[in-house]
Parts: sequence; C-alpha cells; structure tokens
Amino acid sequence: MAARFSFDAELSALSASLLRMSSLATEAIASAITAFEQHDTARAEAVIKGDARLNELEREIEHQCMTLLLRQQPVARDLRIISTAMKMITDIERIGDAAADIAEISRHIVRDIPAVLPDIRAMAEEAQSMVCDAVEAFTLADVAAAKKIIARDDIVDDAFNNIKKRLVSVLTEDSSMADTAIDYLMVIKYLERLGDHAVNVCEWTEYYKTGVHHTGN
Amino acid sequence: MKPIITSKDLVLYYDTFKALRGISMEIPEKQITAFIGPSGCGKSTFLKTLNRMNDLVPGVRVEGEVLFRDEDIFAPSVDVTTLRRKIGMVFQKPNPFPMSIYDNIAYGPRLHGTHSRAELNELVETSLKGAGLWDEVKDRLKKSALGLSGGQQQRLCIARALAVQPDVLLMDEPTSALDPASTMRIEELMATLREQYTVVIVTHNMQQATRISDKCAFFLLGEMIEFGDTEQVFSMPKDKRTEDYITGRFG
Repeated sequence: MAARFSFDAELSALSASLLRMSSLATEAIASAITAFEQHDTARAEAVIKGDARLNELEREIEHQCMTLLLRQQPVARDLRIISTAMKMITDIERIGDAAADIAEISRHIVRDIPAVLPDIRAMAEEAQSMVCDAVEAFTLADVAAAKKIIARDDIVDDAFNNIKKRLVSVLTEDSSMADTAIDYLMVIKYLERLGDHAVNVCEWTEYYKTGVHHTGN
Repeated sequence: MKPIITSKDLVLYYDTFKALRGISMEIPEKQITAFIGPSGCGKSTFLKTLNRMNDLVPGVRVEGEVLFRDEDIFAPSVDVTTLRRKIGMVFQKPNPFPMSIYDNIAYGPRLHGTHSRAELNELVETSLKGAGLWDEVKDRLKKSALGLSGGQQQRLCIARALAVQPDVLLMDEPTSALDPASTMRIEELMATLREQYTVVIVTHNMQQATRISDKCAFFLLGEMIEFGDTEQVFSMPKDKRTEDYITGRFG
C-alpha cells in the first residue's frame, strides 16, 4: 500500500492552521492585558477587531476537518488529531473572545485600583502562560507537560478568589470605586476562564496521544 | 463470556510455506468478529481452517488446535459434514446452485435427512426470511436461482447457509462483489444475524469492519498482530503495525 502523501500534507496543513490560530489567540491575550494595564485604547481596539480573524480561522479549520472526515474516513491517530482539532478550535476561539472582552472593558476603565493591580498582573501572567504552554504542549504532543499545566489551574482559581474578596472590600469601603471594581471583577473572571480553556486544550492533547479524554474538575 | 471457537497456536503449512504462524484467539459467541489485513496475510486461510475447508487443499498441514465448543475440530472422531453444518460458510462470489431458489435452500436440509415437505417448506421460508430475501422471491421459489441479481444471490447463499441451522457463519469477503446498496443490505442483515448466530467475516473494507463488527483481528504475514474491540482497534490500536495498516501507511 502506498503512503498517503496528500493526506499527510493535508494533516500538516491542518496542524499549521491550528498553530496559526493558537498564536493569534495568545497574542490577543497579551495585547488585551497590556491594553488593560496601560489604558491603551488603540491597542484595545486592535484586539477587538482582530477577533474577527480568529472566528474566520475557526470556520476555516472546521471546514478543513469536515473535508478530511468526509474524504479520508480517518481512523486511529488520524481520527484523533482531527477530532482534537475540532474540539480545540472552540476553546481557542473562546480564548480570543475573552481577550476581546478584556479589551472592551479596558476601553472604559478610567480610574485604577492600584492595590489589586499587581495581583491582577500576576494572575494575568499565569493565565496567559498557561495558554501559551498548553498550545506548546499540544504542538509537541507532550502529555506530561499538559498534565502539569492542568495542575496550574488551581493557582489561577485561587488568585481569582483572593482578588474577588479584595474587590468586595473595596466596594464596601468606597462606593465611588464600584464601577471600576466591577470591571476588574469581570476582567479577572475572563482571566480565570482562560485557565479553564488552557486546561481543555491540555485535555485534548492528552486525548490525542492516549485516546482517553479526562474531563478535569 | 465463553468463546464458541478457540484457536491455540494454530500453524498451517501449504506444503513448505508456513501460512499461519501460531494463531491463538477466542471468538466470542453471538458477536461479529472481523478479520482484516493485507492480501496474503493469512486471514482467509485462518477463516477456512475454522470449518476445515482447507482439508480440500492439497499439501495443507495443520498443527495446534481449534476448539469448537470445547471439541477439537481436527479430532479423528469429528465428522466434517456435521462440522460444516454447524459452522457454515458464505463466499466472496455468490455461488447459487444451478437449480430453483427453493431447491437451493432445501439442498442442505435434504442432505442432512429432512425430507418432509412441510418441514422443508418451513425451513425454506424461515431461512429466506432470516436472510431478508423472502418478500422478493416468495412468488418465484420454483424459478432458477441464477436469475437473481448479485445481491439477491448472495442473500440466497446466506439463506442456504442458515437452512441447516448453523451456530457460526464464516463469511469470506461476502460483499466485495456487490454494489453499495446490496452491500448495505447484507451489512444490515449481519446485524440481525448476530442475535442468533456467531459471525466471522473477512473483509478488505475497513469501513465495513468498523461499521459491523464487535471484535476485530489484524493479520500480517501469517500472524495475528492485534485482536480487540473494534472501537479500540480503530481508534487506539495497540500495535504500530495495526496503526500503519488501518491508517493506510503500511509499507
């Protein structure tokens, strides 16, 4: 039986599309967080606009996957990579949405709450690096790395709870800061969701390699 | 579940050529087991060994054992005709006898001593119904079986195999000569057969194996490389050779 050169080429193209989409999403998060910290409206606008490209890529990859399923009737590893891709793009698209939402909120934050900013920055860094590392673990099909990333979600969840508590006390102490506190709360909620999406990506990486899908949490 | 057929270290030679290199497997009862593998891998040879069809091939020598319901099928006491009644076979190319539809079905039962008209009528009807052919042929039972379409002929052969009330049906690429619609009918039929019979099928069509079988065995160069639940074999094969074959990257 001949090797399946054209099929292999299409699978490589699929992986390349996934990587392109993932790197756009991680760039969007980084940019959204900077826009939030620096009140950079232009940057925020760019992130919001850029989200359309991620949605387009999601459709494109979905189409690539459907075509491969239809024409190649893949099994085993081939089937797993394609089903992994189809599930992953949903998470990556939502990572893009979260970035756009953070950017959107950052546009109308006028006052800061300096006391919690360093913690939000630390949380943002952790969530962002979870996403980057998850994409890398997928690229390398590294299950051990994926498992370690899944464990890091607790750090992000704890940060969310801590910051939330402090925002509640800000709210009760100074009601003039209510708007900002609520905006911050939404930002950290999006950051917390980033961690969850990174976990999902890791779980699909594990499925791709082992054929077993663990739903975390 | 207790297997209906157990093969232990089965080795088969065609003269000096070792076609099967120690096959050990347990075929579960009332399930569909599929054998896949490239041409010449031994899957058909193994299938034919299960009802001693290979006895007819000159130069064949067998070592090891095959148990059918705990009984060694190679034991001198075994009557091969009785064995083949219990373990029937359907071939790649439909091979109806050049006689009427009715006589094709009644042939086996008559051979095994059933001569009562009423009994034969009933066997013909239940067998044709069992093979999903009754409604299409009930008005022309006395017509030649050779006038049926390829798909109908193959279902006739299945009905003929069912008429002697077997336990196991061996099918050697039963749909490879049929069009897609006839193939689907046979596949649907197999799904109903498994309620009463054990089916073992050799197929080159891996989508077919995926669709219809409960268990799947992959053969290569006279060895059984992997045997497991079909879903496992086609989603997460354990052996790299299985993976390479089913994903089309073999060789």
